[in-house]
Amino acid sequence: MTLITVEKLSVRYGANTVLHNVDMTIEAGEIVTIVGPNGSGKTSLLRAIIGATNPSAGHVSRKPGLKIGYVPQKLHVDPTLPISVARFMRLTHRVSKDDCAAALAAAGVPDLLKRQMSQLSGGQFQRVLLARALINRPDILLLDEATQGLDQRGSASFYQQIEAVRQETGCAILMISHELHVVMSASDRVICLNGHVCCEGSPAVVASAPEYRALFGTGTGGALALYRHEHDHNHDHSHEAAE
Amino acid sequence: MLDDFMTRATLAGIGVAIAAAPLGCFVVWRRMAYFGDATAHAAILGVALSLAFQMSIFLGTLVVALIMALAVTMLSGRGYAMDTLLGVMAHSSLAFGLVAVSFLSGIRIDLMAYLFGDILSVSRTDLVVIWGGAALVVALIVWRWSQLLTATLNEELAYATGFDPKREQLILTLSLAVTVAVAIKVVGVLLIAAMLIIPAAAARSLARSPETMALIAAAIGAFSAVAGLRAAYVFDTPAGPSIVCVAAVLFVGFSLTGWRSRSGV
Repeated sequence: MTLITVEKLSVRYGANTVLHNVDMTIEAGEIVTIVGPNGSGKTSLLRAIIGATNPSAGHVSRKPGLKIGYVPQKLHVDPTLPISVARFMRLTHRVSKDDCAAALAAAGVPDLLKRQMSQLSGGQFQRVLLARALINRPDILLLDEATQGLDQRGSASFYQQIEAVRQETGCAILMISHELHVVMSASDRVICLNGHVCCEGSPAVVASAPEYRALFGTGTGGALALYRHEHDHNHDHSHEAAE
Repeated sequence: MLDDFMTRATLAGIGVAIAAAPLGCFVVWRRMAYFGDATAHAAILGVALSLAFQMSIFLGTLVVALIMALAVTMLSGRGYAMDTLLGVMAHSSLAFGLVAVSFLSGIRIDLMAYLFGDILSVSRTDLVVIWGGAALVVALIVWRWSQLLTATLNEELAYATGFDPKREQLILTLSLAVTVAVAIKVVGVLLIAAMLIIPAAAARSLARSPETMALIAAAIGAFSAVAGLRAAYVFDTPAGPSIVCVAAVLFVGFSLTGWRSRSGV
């Protein structure tokens, strides 16, 4: 079942075209990663999908009644705004305390309910964002560079959590990331973006595509090796190799 | 009971404080402290227009403040930061207002009355306008509370949840315009921004949630109105500024105790 269809999407800011003729679809239950250099339109694509940016051409259609769980790149809580984790979890949906606690536990941060958001560490904060996005049992989870500011260990364990979430809930996941090696191993499909879709397919296909190599250079040899290594084995345990 | 001018003044002050409290919290959270200034300065232009066209001051200031709110909402996010935009609008509308006032030959207006307000001359009709406006603003904010809060925290989160944060910002700026228009007679142009920001800022160190912060801000604002008017009566000081002085003293007091208890943890 197709959750989101993007057809011939173009996005322009003033005279500057950031996305041109982009086609893509997201199916139920799959993990799709968008990679691309800075300024390649990754965030604009995600913004167009949630309706925050109006396309200059083409359109985005979502399955009727699609529930989106969104994990923003950076959420700034002004120091003048007092808000506890429990209150933040109930920001957009009315949910019981038990559901909040369960979602936090599923995201790997139990016992934070009574803490103030401003007191959380970077890793805790991102996991609370993930828990909030999951609380409504979304059909699809959107992550915009959700591990920015985390160290390698932190982001590897964050992605491990994402895979666990998919296994438990079966929701589709669309994410943007810079961390090529970690992300590509966790994805079913990779879309390489640079204003348009350069190449697309399974991690193996994309990693060996000349377009991808042209964008990310030959320095990705290590990532390729890592990826191959991982896929010789079971999908579980794959993240030990990333650390 | 309403025959007593002190009673009317007190009720007017409390009405303004209640409307200003939740709005003031959003103004502080969204870092748009200049908005109060900008709308208030625009109100001077409204006063001049009201006198020129012989309509009520309330209507004139409301219209100008609403235009200002719409302009800020439409221009924001188009290359200028909010504080720059507000700075431009605040000072230029004040300048245009003063120039417009100078054209009104034959009419002598007491600008001081609009700059500092005249809470002691509040009439029964004014009370109806103030409490009506306050009720409208509070109802609007309570109705949109969770959306406003989400949009304040993160725009994309608002879109992903399925509503437009621009619309929420418009609701907020329109409420601010209404508040400024009803408050201009009570505390005046220069002190409206103070009534928005100081009670909210004072409430910060006492609050653990957004909702309690708004309630505490309302309590602090209302107390400031009552105590400030009392002080003005006893010491024969100007009423509007006395109210703001009480709020400022509370801000300093709560901040100091807040810091002490936090550093003690």
